[in-house]
Amino acid sequence: MKLIVAIIKPFKLEEVKEALSAAGIEGMTVTEVKGFGRQKGHTEIYRGSEYTVDFLPKVKLEVAVADEMAAKAIDAIGKAARTGKIGDGKIFVVPLEEVVRIRTDERGESAV
Amino acid sequence: MKLIIAIIKPFKLEEVKEALSAAGIEGMTVTEVKGFGRQKGHTEIYRGSEYTVDFLPKVKLEVAVGDELAGKAVDTIVKAAKTGKIGDGKVFVLPLEEVVRIRTDERGESAV
Amino acid sequence: MFCSRPPRLKLIALLTLATWLGVGALPAQTPPAAATPPAPPAPTLEQRVAGLEAYVGNGDPSVALKVGPKDKDGNATIPAGLTTPSVGVAGPGHNGFMMICAALVLFMTLPGLALFYGGLVRTKNVLSVMAQCLGIAGLVTIIWWAVGYSLVFGKSFNSGILGGTEFFFLKGVDSAPNTDYAFWVSQNVFSMYQLMFAIITPALIVGAIAERMKFSALLLFVTLWMFVVYIPLAHMVWGVTGLMNGVWNAGAAIKAVDFAGGTVVHMSSGWSALILCVILGPRLGFGKTPMPPHSLVLCMIGTGMLWVGWYGFNAGSAVAADGVAANAFTTTTLATGVACATWAALEYFVRGKASVLGFCSGAVAGLVVVTPACGFITPGSAVPLGVLAGAVPFFACTKLKGMLKYDDALDTFGVHAVGGTLGAFLSGLFATASVNGNLSTNLKDIVGKSLWLEQLKAIGVTLALSIVSTLILALLVKAILGLRPTTEAEQEGLDLTDHGEEGYIYEAKS
Repeated sequence: MKLIVAIIKPFKLEEVKEALSAAGIEGMTVTEVKGFGRQKGHTEIYRGSEYTVDFLPKVKLEVAVADEMAAKAIDAIGKAARTGKIGDGKIFVVPLEEVVRIRTDERGESAV
Repeated sequence: MKLIIAIIKPFKLEEVKEALSAAGIEGMTVTEVKGFGRQKGHTEIYRGSEYTVDFLPKVKLEVAVGDELAGKAVDTIVKAAKTGKIGDGKVFVLPLEEVVRIRTDERGESAV
Repeated sequence: MFCSRPPRLKLIALLTLATWLGVGALPAQTPPAAATPPAPPAPTLEQRVAGLEAYVGNGDPSVALKVGPKDKDGNATIPAGLTTPSVGVAGPGHNGFMMICAALVLFMTLPGLALFYGGLVRTKNVLSVMAQCLGIAGLVTIIWWAVGYSLVFGKSFNSGILGGTEFFFLKGVDSAPNTDYAFWVSQNVFSMYQLMFAIITPALIVGAIAERMKFSALLLFVTLWMFVVYIPLAHMVWGVTGLMNGVWNAGAAIKAVDFAGGTVVHMSSGWSALILCVILGPRLGFGKTPMPPHSLVLCMIGTGMLWVGWYGFNAGSAVAADGVAANAFTTTTLATGVACATWAALEYFVRGKASVLGFCSGAVAGLVVVTPACGFITPGSAVPLGVLAGAVPFFACTKLKGMLKYDDALDTFGVHAVGGTLGAFLSGLFATASVNGNLSTNLKDIVGKSLWLEQLKAIGVTLALSIVSTLILALLVKAILGLRPTTEAEQEGLDLTDHGEEGYIYEAKS
């Protein structure tokens, strides 16, 4: 199994969710995060004190999938989240050793 | 590739970011989280009702790096985040199977 | 100026008068000891009408009664026992106006200033700023009741620097007017109105030391500062025997004017704030970590409240609902609006964007600068004054602070010290008797001529008193309590470490 972690632009969340649903992937966890990468931040000035805001608001998506679904999920997220501009985000794939559905104590792929 | 996850004290974020930049590691994702570890929480009293706050505000940092940079990244984070007091946080290192840059669909180390 | 007799004597006199004239069948409550003093004369209809007309013009209701033998200065006196019902009582209109003004000035601190400053600090210190405002409100009220009011507005010391002891614990401060300060406003209302000024002044200092001073140290500092700086300065400028009270004290050594507190309130707090913030040192991480305001929304709400409340501060300083108050209301509005626009316009020219904090800062700067001048200048002068009020503090906050690298966290110095000093000076240039007849008595020879020189002298005294005293008091408090919290506490935020509370809790805690 794989844990797919995607950092995307916040306004793309809805599209990505729909694309994943269309690909048959339903569950996900969403966190509001701040990202710092190649996309430039902005400058704020308060009474002459200047602050550079490098950290930009992003959405982090975590999706657990079975091995054979991983490529499909990555494609769905990548396609839906892409604008072609700097700041589109990244997708990380981490091996997932175990998954437990808390309600039933199911383990492994059936719990995904 | 490795995904490095660090939980640090919030006021150390700027220092850690600068230290990583100086080490040539630019991108990162930051999340405001709550941590509960050895550091003691505090008590808040509102009109006689007492609340013990064990979960303290922390910052979670996620950095993806190539294998050869992982050691350096961990050292840099530890050095910058250390105050020597309880509650400095922890660094976790996870294997990263794949990275995708959404804008270009680049994969692997070049996408990190 | 004529001071009324103790009210209880007057009541007895009125009762006996009424009994002897057979007006109303009063029960025989008059003490037998009052036996056979000579019957006081009855006021004539003209004298009674003159007393009422004095109410309309905010004048002295006893003037028409002065028909007795000449005193040593050659002025007529009031025959013993002669009075009218309009002497020694508050006028309802003026009194009502002043109660509203007193509430408005309190509104400036709670919650106006608390929100304005609270929005400008980081989330973890929002409550500490509010607690400082609340703590000062409580502390100063106690000082004012016990000795403060008397030391400022009493006169038993017959001193230019301190008032007297006669009103300690507000003894004798009741609903009858103290005619040294107002013919138609109850002295208890006047004392509460002045209390609100005494509260907001030290609260302004909070802006310079925000996010890094121990609560206990601040309260001790403010206690000492009230006695050493505020009380003497307020007496000098506004006390009837005050050293710098050019309008009302013919014997003033410095014939300066200060309508609503440019020197007493803004210069004293602003310059003291600078010294205290330098002694305290910058916030941890100052210049390295970002410290942007956590809520400009709170800041904007606070600014609006300050502006609204300031009408009580400025127009109310006429201590009557009269033409002087009306003029002060108008000049305050014009100067503030112009300064608000000027600050934002300068921002637009300098960096291409007009900011909300810029508008807020400009409005507060305009209010500060017009404060000492509002009751003495024409609306026409208020406009250029507003332009300067927007421009000079703008450069103090955006350029000077960066050059000198002091951490005046919320710009108390840049706005209040710089603005207050500018306003005190401009009052001397723009003051005219055409809008305030009180300038044509003791000051008639210098208004429009050398008044600005007197203003410079008053500025000098205020600067010296504020700077030297704060230097000594801050070092004293540092020695007794220490000024700063521990590094850990400052990092965690003063809300938790000093008060055990958080400003924002969005989730239920277990």
